[in-house]
Amino acid sequence: MALPIYTTPGQRLWHYTYLTFCGFVLFFLVAPLVAVIPLSFTSTPFLNFTPEMLALDPDAFSIRWYKALFGICSAVDDSASTMCHNKWMTGAGRSLYYAVISTVLATFLGTLAALGLSNEHMPAKRAIMALMISPLIVPLIITAAGMAFFFARVNLSNTDAGIILAYTILGMPFVVITVTSTLVGFDRSLMRAGANLGGTPAYNFFKIQMPLIAPGMISGALFAFITAFDEIVIILFIGGPDQHTLPRQMWSGIRQEISPTILSAATILVLFSVLLLTTLELLRRRSERIRGITPH
Amino acid sequence: MSTAPATIDGPLLTADGVPLKESLQKSLRRSRLRAVLLVAPPLLFLIFVFVIPIGNMLTRSVDDNLINDVLPQTFEVFESWDKKSEPSEAMFEAFYNDLKAAERTDIGKASVRMNYALPGWRSLIKITARKIKRMNPPYKEAFVAADDRWLEMDYWKSLGIMKDRFTLGYYWNAIDRTYDFDKNVIMQDEERRVYNLLWWRTIKVSIIVTLACLLLAYPVAYLLATLPMRIANLLMICVLMPFWTSLLVRIVAWMIMLQQNGVVNDTLVAAGILSDENRLAMMYNFNGTIIVMTQILLPFMILPIYSVMKTIPPSYMKAAQNLGATPTLAFIRVYMPQTIPGIGAGCILVFIVAIGYYITPELVGGKDGRLIGNMVAYHMQRSLNWGLAAAMGTILLILILLMYWVYDKIIGIDNMKMG
Repeated sequence: MALPIYTTPGQRLWHYTYLTFCGFVLFFLVAPLVAVIPLSFTSTPFLNFTPEMLALDPDAFSIRWYKALFGICSAVDDSASTMCHNKWMTGAGRSLYYAVISTVLATFLGTLAALGLSNEHMPAKRAIMALMISPLIVPLIITAAGMAFFFARVNLSNTDAGIILAYTILGMPFVVITVTSTLVGFDRSLMRAGANLGGTPAYNFFKIQMPLIAPGMISGALFAFITAFDEIVIILFIGGPDQHTLPRQMWSGIRQEISPTILSAATILVLFSVLLLTTLELLRRRSERIRGITPH
Repeated sequence: MSTAPATIDGPLLTADGVPLKESLQKSLRRSRLRAVLLVAPPLLFLIFVFVIPIGNMLTRSVDDNLINDVLPQTFEVFESWDKKSEPSEAMFEAFYNDLKAAERTDIGKASVRMNYALPGWRSLIKITARKIKRMNPPYKEAFVAADDRWLEMDYWKSLGIMKDRFTLGYYWNAIDRTYDFDKNVIMQDEERRVYNLLWWRTIKVSIIVTLACLLLAYPVAYLLATLPMRIANLLMICVLMPFWTSLLVRIVAWMIMLQQNGVVNDTLVAAGILSDENRLAMMYNFNGTIIVMTQILLPFMILPIYSVMKTIPPSYMKAAQNLGATPTLAFIRVYMPQTIPGIGAGCILVFIVAIGYYITPELVGGKDGRLIGNMVAYHMQRSLNWGLAAAMGTILLILILLMYWVYDKIIGIDNMKMG
């Protein structure tokens, strides 16, 4: 934002104040996440920057908390080496398992709903759309409480199946929203053209419609995946000791045995989110390209 | 050509001889059926796993069936009691019969419910139920021998609160009110009043967080909308990265920043602004909740405002200035009114999310940063007063649905965009 030469000093001052303010807000958003990264390489068991670390003394840094995270126990304190079972890795495995299955289900169901809802002849469209999106609006604590009672009655509490069902519900609205918005620009005459050329409805769907809504499906799936992978409220209410996911491990890590291991986990998750963000941005660009919409 | 006038008289036919109107209707019906069939599986799934469980929980907030199933005879005899004279032998006998007939676990649950009406019931029932097998008539003496609290009128009178199968008691409890023995609504005892404070605090926190988000988001959204695409995209990453990072990671990150020996305090001490003894307490209190919630919800404010600002042509501002407005006036009178839909969307979104927050206040709020969501969780998991948890949840849900409805009216849920 270069300023024109005719600006007065007052306007100049205002402009730079404004930029500083924006810089401060962006800093406020990102700084805590960035601060985690160097601190996760601390060699002390404390969660603050030591003077040695600030002086960039190599001895102040280590990867011991990463080793602890990945369950390489012998490298940690000798005193701790007896406790070798690693809840971080098993937790990550659990989370991945729930997230993958619930994402597949949510993507399938959400896409069906979006296809039906974008049909102009669909009755009660607005009401159904509002209902489909409501899991995003209802506070998680209420959803969790409702499911806790209900699942206990139908013997689904403390089971993997119950958690997958719950996570599918949470992920579905994202897919409905993203796929509906890719369908907005969809030209229905393409399907008619396909039918006219002899394609069956199924063939036309997979050959014409699916490639066009695929970016919406994938970005919806990513939202669903990250929601399930990061979910903590519902798991606290309906999960038993066997359903120990990564967020639950972090939860107990924060509440009880806080150690820099949690920082190394956090660092990896921050990098993971950057990766997801990049994927999503590439998808968005691709979607715009194939639908012929250029960014303004 | 000579037959043409004849066909115009009759209805318009398609190639296979069916009237066009009918054929069109048929294809319309088919199209509608296809849409309904597509929507049916996800909708049914949602109803069974989401709508019914929540509806079910909400009925718990008014449900007093259990106690009525356990003590049917007692309540029947209670109806004919004048609430002044001493409880009669018939009442004791009814109570005896009910206790004898009921399942042990149901008695336990009922006694917990009775304890909400009058503290003391639980132990009284427990003691009495233990001796019920060896009791002989007259039951009045037997009951009093088991525990002499049976002579106190308050216990008997409190049954009046529970005799209906439908109760609003939990709702009154959720706003610091309670029933007296004649089912009049009165204020809760001074030392038991907590919920109104929590409701106000929840609303206060939500409003403060919403305003703070608006204040921080508006300039940034404007910057992002006016910068060239390339730089704006880069800065957008700063907005989206926290949005995509695990909530718990962000909370951990804030703990590092705000704790007593955290980055912020260390920096302030090193800069000489604070002395070492006067480190700020920014964590585990009201401030902690506000700071962390603002950062977490900020992207929800920036994104809707940004997407509205993106659609405003820059030429409007230029035209206004060309007509003699100063840049400030042009901004306030021409630009800002056009961003109101974005502001509305962002504010409602942030407020809705903030009012139901649970995890963040639980971890960084400490004692005076707890919100109503934490109370719902407490009654669900610790005190097991599910009726009260359900009542508070229902009130919260109604507040949110009200705003959701407003949001839908103003902006339309179809316009909700992500990322």
